[in-house]
Amino acid sequence: MVGYTETLTDPSYSGQILTLTYPLVGNYGVPDPSIKDEDGIPKFFESDKIQLRGLVVHELSLTSSHWNLSMTLDEWLYNEKIPGISGIDTRSLTKKIRTGGAMMAALVVSDTEINVDEIKKQLASAPHYNSEQFMDVVSTKQEVVYGSEDQSVVVIDTGTKNAILRNIRELGYKVIKIPWNTTFEKILSHHPKGVVISNGPGDPQKCSNTIETAKKLIENNIPTLGICLGAQIIGIAGNTKTYKLKYGHRGQNKPCVNLDNDQIYVTSQNHGYGITPESLSASEFNLWFKNADDNTVEGIKHKKQNCIAVQFHPESTPGPNDCRFIFEEFKHLMEEGESAKK
Amino acid sequence: MKSVLINPNIATIQTDTRFANKVYLLPVNVEYVESIIEKERPDGIMLAYGGQTALNCGVNLAESGILQKYDVRVLGTQISGIQKTEDRQLFKDSMNQCNVPILKSRTVRNFIDAKEIAQELGYPVIIRVAYTLGGKGGGVAYNEIELHEIVERGLRASLVGQVLVEEYIGHWKQIEYEVMQDYDGNNVIVCNMENVLSMKVHTGDNIVVAPSQTIDNHEYHMLRSAALRATKHVGIVGECNIQYGLDTDSDRYVAIEINPRLSRSSALASKATGYPLAYISAKIGLGYKLPELENSITKTTTACFEPSLDYIVCKHPRWDFAKFDLVNRKLGPTMKSVGEVMAVGRSFEESLQKSIRMLDIGNDGLVLNRVNGKTYDEEQLEDHLSHPDDLILYYVAAAIKMGISVERIYKLSSINPWFIEKIKNIVEIESRLKQEEITTSLLWEAKKKGFSDKQIARAKNKSAEEIREIRKKAKVLPSVKQIDTLSAEWPAITNYLYLTYGGNQNDILINPDEKGVMVLGAGPYRIGSSVEFDWGTVNMVWGLQENGEKNVSVVNCNPETVSTDYDICNRLYFEELTLERILDIAEFENPKGIVTCVGGQTANNLTLGLAKNGINILGTAAHDVDRAEDRSQFSSELDKLHIQQPRWQAFSNLNEAKIFAQDVGFPVIVRPSYVLSGAAMKVVWSQVDLKKYVKEATDVSPDHPVVISKFMLNSLEVDVDGVSNGTEVIIGAIVEHIESAGVHSGDAMMCIPPWRLNNKTIDTITEYSTKIAKTFNVKGPFNLQFLIHDDHVYVIELNIRASRSMPFVSKLVKTNLISLAAKAILGKPLPKLPENKWQKIQNFGIKVPQFSFMQLDGADITLGVEMQSTGEVACFGTSFYDALAKGLTSAGYTLPMTGTALVTVGGAQNKEKLLQPIARLKSLGFKILATEHTAEFFEEKIGDIKIVHKISEPTRKPNIADLLYERKIDFIINIPSTSTLEKYVGMLEDEYQIRRKSLELGIPVLTTIELADSFVKTLEWLKDNKTTKDPIEPYDKLD
Repeated sequence: MVGYTETLTDPSYSGQILTLTYPLVGNYGVPDPSIKDEDGIPKFFESDKIQLRGLVVHELSLTSSHWNLSMTLDEWLYNEKIPGISGIDTRSLTKKIRTGGAMMAALVVSDTEINVDEIKKQLASAPHYNSEQFMDVVSTKQEVVYGSEDQSVVVIDTGTKNAILRNIRELGYKVIKIPWNTTFEKILSHHPKGVVISNGPGDPQKCSNTIETAKKLIENNIPTLGICLGAQIIGIAGNTKTYKLKYGHRGQNKPCVNLDNDQIYVTSQNHGYGITPESLSASEFNLWFKNADDNTVEGIKHKKQNCIAVQFHPESTPGPNDCRFIFEEFKHLMEEGESAKK
Repeated sequence: MKSVLINPNIATIQTDTRFANKVYLLPVNVEYVESIIEKERPDGIMLAYGGQTALNCGVNLAESGILQKYDVRVLGTQISGIQKTEDRQLFKDSMNQCNVPILKSRTVRNFIDAKEIAQELGYPVIIRVAYTLGGKGGGVAYNEIELHEIVERGLRASLVGQVLVEEYIGHWKQIEYEVMQDYDGNNVIVCNMENVLSMKVHTGDNIVVAPSQTIDNHEYHMLRSAALRATKHVGIVGECNIQYGLDTDSDRYVAIEINPRLSRSSALASKATGYPLAYISAKIGLGYKLPELENSITKTTTACFEPSLDYIVCKHPRWDFAKFDLVNRKLGPTMKSVGEVMAVGRSFEESLQKSIRMLDIGNDGLVLNRVNGKTYDEEQLEDHLSHPDDLILYYVAAAIKMGISVERIYKLSSINPWFIEKIKNIVEIESRLKQEEITTSLLWEAKKKGFSDKQIARAKNKSAEEIREIRKKAKVLPSVKQIDTLSAEWPAITNYLYLTYGGNQNDILINPDEKGVMVLGAGPYRIGSSVEFDWGTVNMVWGLQENGEKNVSVVNCNPETVSTDYDICNRLYFEELTLERILDIAEFENPKGIVTCVGGQTANNLTLGLAKNGINILGTAAHDVDRAEDRSQFSSELDKLHIQQPRWQAFSNLNEAKIFAQDVGFPVIVRPSYVLSGAAMKVVWSQVDLKKYVKEATDVSPDHPVVISKFMLNSLEVDVDGVSNGTEVIIGAIVEHIESAGVHSGDAMMCIPPWRLNNKTIDTITEYSTKIAKTFNVKGPFNLQFLIHDDHVYVIELNIRASRSMPFVSKLVKTNLISLAAKAILGKPLPKLPENKWQKIQNFGIKVPQFSFMQLDGADITLGVEMQSTGEVACFGTSFYDALAKGLTSAGYTLPMTGTALVTVGGAQNKEKLLQPIARLKSLGFKILATEHTAEFFEEKIGDIKIVHKISEPTRKPNIADLLYERKIDFIINIPSTSTLEKYVGMLEDEYQIRRKSLELGIPVLTTIELADSFVKTLEWLKDNKTTKDPIEPYDKLD
């Protein structure tokens, strides 16, 4: 019920039509997109625009009330020319996706009878989600630097949320955001203390350049943190397999167990692909976090090198802040090096 | 594992022996709990499940070393954790340590300090009291005079003699989180809630929505993280509730309090999410880890998760102010509601209007009601908006209609504009309904905004039936949706259901081979309809299941009940108990029949309407129920049986009423014929009063005629609870009221077996009961009320349904009347019970009402024909006084063995009747004080009476007011003159003052002769005897 501004601007949703299970959407409006923090990162948004292709809700709140709002959700979608539809039984739609899996869809509104067959035909000829090249769309075209500290962390932008940048900044490092296909050598030229491979949309296999980079990062024992898509990329680089989940894990209430201490954390998740659990044993990784509901892989730790990755979103926004300690752990890796690993 | 339950609440399903290995109906205080610990030697004790009473008792047990002495471990949050949340200073320190902001405040032990801190913070300030129930005794002070009054009262109410004075943030948002945490520190938020009426109003009196609606991701998770941090820091194990104030103009927040126990909010959160908080919390108390426990809805996922909702829940309190003379209806930091309902919908408007209907107060929604109330000018409205009472949302709607802006309404009421806008949507639909033709799309819009057929009908000058027909033709129908804890993300096989117009697909299908039985519950707890009907509903479900029914569904809307636990029945509809909704569900379920006899008068009132719509009523036929409810039909049946009733007449015209009253002579009782618990029932002593009450009665029940009957003074009242299957009649017991007739049966102390009735009278009552049950073809439970006057037996009324006293009768006589009723309803023969089984029971059982006058600012505590008690206890014993001593203690009376009694009695007859008790008191060694006239009378007869002066004459010493404040009076016998005519005229104002002040100071006041007499005799008995402490026995097995 909270977090639509963050969700709509999360580049991982690029190319998707999103339906929200909570029926009342837009209650607290949308804050001012032009407000940035001292590093120039948008304060309330995860990227510079709405990343979705369409939004499906049960009831759109046409009036909003909040001290921090500058417009309604409706106005925002309108301004950014993103179509949305309301009045939908989103619960029955959710059940449809649950059984049929994430699917291609079209939003159609009409005063006259809708010709469903015609729409289906059009949809069939539309480019399929799986075939799209998202990295060209979501990744930064050039390097962007935030902060001026001596020590830096490189964030490989495979569609990063601003929250990842904010969290690294909070650790006290300069952040260098680079395009997804930047070479390992180029990265090393920045002498980073560590590297983050970010979240992002689509199939990790499509990011072969990043996978190559990740292999070298591991090989050279550069402290590396993978998040979401980044975790899958690191996994593949270390010999795991990935697969497409039927309808993914999406939401702010996903329980994960930290196998280091058996503690359970409620995490924010948004992923359609995952690391194949059975492929872990033959890989370079140990299981670190697992999903408490379905035992899927939620985090991995390299057996020898300074490389960790989580499938969930420790940076939150949207979602719970319980796993911010992942960034602390990453800092530990960067500062203590080898001795940090158990 | 074996469990022992201590709870003197007789009427709750909890004290059926099915739920615990041993059940003790005994007071929850240190003395009694210790004796049970000594006897049972438990390994552990759970303190978080019996509200503030159990928590306080637990802390006292620990502090007095009893838990240590018997090596009893506290399971769940430890005593130190409880203290860190309950003691204001410890709480403050703890929150500071874990970096959770709190309000500026200071704990004080006297007024001087309070004054100082109030000046520092600036008025208004709020005063909170440590260790008390429901914010009892607290208040907002706008100046020093108010501060003085509230602080003094609070200090006396507090168990630890301290109050907190803090800055007042009434206009902030009030947000709550329910936290679950295990011994390992795994923790989750199960639910969060937002209070519509801001911080101004106690959450118990607030209209609450779940989840929160007006806060954003940042605020939600900021508060969530703080909740986890705070509860981890104080060491919560199991469930707790944390309450925040959140600024409306920034993200500044403060933690207000943590309840380290299951609370009213937890019950709501459980039902709102489908997450069984108490169950999981108990498991955690035993040492289970959260991730080891399973989500009982999906059965595949873990309990260590945060439910996601795809609906909006609206909790609405039910107030019963109309029952209390002089009561202050304003809402504030002290809780005044007596019950609540929860509505589930897919828009705020739908949930809100559903919740209003669920309250069963005669309203069909927020607008378009039968009585649309008074009209107000702008100034009056603005005043109402800034000082909320139980009608606040109606005032918001009225203000919108008057054209007052949302912004202005917000400024005055502190209700978030988002909610006001939604109310505006309701108002707009109302005007469209009035102006436009009904089209399918308008019908959809209205239904999505929660309008009932009745409301639409009223706008269109049609009947609800016509609207229903139009609507069904247009296929504007509700969908049945599941409450599944995860918004349909995982498959869930759950039977927890609600109906909404915000959808176009049912989540489940009913297999035609699985035709079931629907049981209607009783709706919100209110005065006159409480946990006893939950007991009845649950026992009926079990009874039906035990007799072979495989698909029993329950419809109810009260989040505080067991009948709305989804594991009790086969399908649970958390829904309105209105004809429209029950028909909707019946059309979906297509049941074999509906049971309307265990849900109190709310369910009973639906009998006729359902039958008219072709629904099969399981139990007594609708026309027989109607014959009993309709007084003239009922009366003519009694005439045929040659059974007497007090003289009565139905009338619709005031003149006839006046003539009748003159004829039989005042006093008379005026009442509508179709209501429960004496709503709008009054004893009338004069023509002037008569005119007034006739109007009130017509307002409450307009569709049914109004009745006046002769009020017979000096009579005994008797209840009979029984079951019949049409041919056989089983009398559960004859229950005698200890107070004489005129005190409402719900407020009277009751005793089984009767102790003042002779055998002949008992035989007559038994004979009458059997005859009447047969005449009305009763199939199921029934209750009869009799009046005994000069050895003549008169029938007052017949209720063909489960009654308030049935759990009491069933548990004492060990015969589960509702199990029998289930057989009767299904047309099965009743088992042969030993003849007059109830008379052969060795035990005495005494039921004592529990009142909540303290919370009801200003309410007078004298009893009358309107029921005022909000609960009851009962204890069993080997003698009358054994049972009574425990009953009185359970209801909160302290039984002093020495000390001082104040006696003030109105009327010569009353004085005469009190002679014996006062003489007995004197010989027990009590000092006796009395006001002038009373003193004069007793001085002459008994001697040794000390005169004290009235509160209204403060200069005359010794004065009652001083003595009360100095705690020099241990209890008070105050018998007001019986005539309500003089009740509030000047001379009696003084007695009201005495009653109110003593109540606020926690000094027992005995307001009837019978109570005073029994109280004194109990004190006498206790001199030489000790109360017994035995568990109750299970119901006898029935074949």
